[in-house]
Amino acid sequence: MTVASTVRVAASATIPKAQFDWRPVLLLAVIALAALPLIGSPSTWVTLTVAGLAMGMIIFIIASGLTLVFGLMDVLNFGHGVFIALGAFIATTVMGGMTVWAGDSGAAQLLAVFSAMLVAFAAAAALGWAFERVIVRPVYGMHLKQILITMGGMIIGEELIKVIWGPAQIPLPLPDVLRGSFLLGDAAVEKYRVLATAIGLVVFAALAFTLNRTKIGLLIRAGVQDREMVESLGYRIRRLFVGVFVAGSALAGLGGVLWGLYQQIVIPQIGAQVNVLLFIVIIIGGLGSTLGCFVGALLVGLMANYTGFLAPKVALFSNIGLMVAVLLWRPQGLYPVTNR
Amino acid sequence: MSVAAQNLLELDGVHTHIGAYHILHGVSFSVREGEVTMLLGRNGAGKTTTLRTIMGLWQASRGDVRFKGQSLKGQATPDIAARGIAYVPESMGIFSDLTVQENLVLAARAAHHAGELDTQRLEWIFGLFPALQKFWLYPAGKLSGGQKQMLAVARAIVEPRALLLIDEPSKGLAPSIIGNLISAFNELKRQRTTILLVEQNFHMARSLGDAVAVMDNGAVVHTGSMRELADDEALQQRLLGLSLGVHQ
Repeated sequence: MTVASTVRVAASATIPKAQFDWRPVLLLAVIALAALPLIGSPSTWVTLTVAGLAMGMIIFIIASGLTLVFGLMDVLNFGHGVFIALGAFIATTVMGGMTVWAGDSGAAQLLAVFSAMLVAFAAAAALGWAFERVIVRPVYGMHLKQILITMGGMIIGEELIKVIWGPAQIPLPLPDVLRGSFLLGDAAVEKYRVLATAIGLVVFAALAFTLNRTKIGLLIRAGVQDREMVESLGYRIRRLFVGVFVAGSALAGLGGVLWGLYQQIVIPQIGAQVNVLLFIVIIIGGLGSTLGCFVGALLVGLMANYTGFLAPKVALFSNIGLMVAVLLWRPQGLYPVTNR
Repeated sequence: MSVAAQNLLELDGVHTHIGAYHILHGVSFSVREGEVTMLLGRNGAGKTTTLRTIMGLWQASRGDVRFKGQSLKGQATPDIAARGIAYVPESMGIFSDLTVQENLVLAARAAHHAGELDTQRLEWIFGLFPALQKFWLYPAGKLSGGQKQMLAVARAIVEPRALLLIDEPSKGLAPSIIGNLISAFNELKRQRTTILLVEQNFHMARSLGDAVAVMDNGAVVHTGSMRELADDEALQQRLLGLSLGVHQ
């Protein structure tokens, strides 16, 4: 008799089904629909919505590692921005170096972009491994020291970037193949934002698969809730944490390439500039929750684009306002992790 | 067979500090293989600290813990668990956001997914705790207190273990649920599972225990057979400040 048939006996009876909490996802839809009459033009609304989703996806890619790192080991990594900056600067080198080779070929230009992502992913993973070992490991369980030393690590990282790439800003133009827009009726949807959205969805799907369909994912989800119990079951949570830290850093490097191409200008402080945004996203989402991080990032992206169009001055505070509103509704975030 | 060979677990003069506090003051007792040893004592006597020290969740500052004759001192919790010691904490340690199935897959170190769980063992567990079969795909956090405790125990026995450390399983549970747990523990006992059980429910302690160690102020003040303690009201009064006879 298999496990499936063993539990099938119960399946014929009324098994209580766990209800998925759709309300945070509905909130996304409500905000998007509420913006439509305010914006007026449906084509502008489509353009802004796609732009908001693309921005949200990039933020999600960057923040997903940060939320797991905090969830698993209570580590407040304020140095996450250095991996973003590294990714963006590596993109300037790799794409700059491949520009002549790529020439006018769209496929070669795309290959240059994906090569930049791959190199940035690997380099940020390697830096993440060193960062965890040298900077984070000595301050496990000491929040104040974590804040100070990880911020210090980021400052040192930025200075090293200046040593390698120089202090001046470096342009990171989109290759021709990603310039311009697709037309959906009257709405113009930028090609690059479609690519960023697609990459974000792939990352989300890969993370969701890993977390929900693999034993490693099960361990991560359990470790976020009660790491002591995971150790009591015989698993080395520290080793798992290093793996998550490295993966999170690598994703931040990938996100750095996307963010750099989104800004089209790269400066050493590019990571520090989004740090606050990242913490807003992981707090809104519920610390340690990947799904919450995903929905939170999309909310932030949409709000930034809608308010930027409707009331540019309000846009400066829109994300803070969003965080306050979400925390008034759900003080533990959109998808709180139980036991935290 | 020598007495040493019968002892699965031995604590020898174990001292444990938690921060500035000196909690265990030279705890010494042993757990014999195939027996249920009850660890009794008033609140704050050091019972939970003893279990956590055995698991390596808190390190002993002095003394030694030996399992199958080998020292566990200085070993990390995962290494201790890998030797075949399962721990059910007082808080149960259930992963609330995971389903019943996922909790059990996680506890079965050899299984990567539910299909790799030992079917016969799973059926045996469902026989002990039918509710787990009914709520198989339900988030563990939504279970009742008694069902969570059943899941916590099931997690400890989903794979064969040499020793179970169980901390106050009856705490806060209704009498009927406690009855279910006693039946399950009796089944484990029939299978010669070695258990070190911390318990405040003396009816449960008396019905399950083969041996007993009584703690007070961070030290073991009495060891012997459970029957001897159960039959001696004066000893109960002296050690625990109560009579087992009135706690049934």
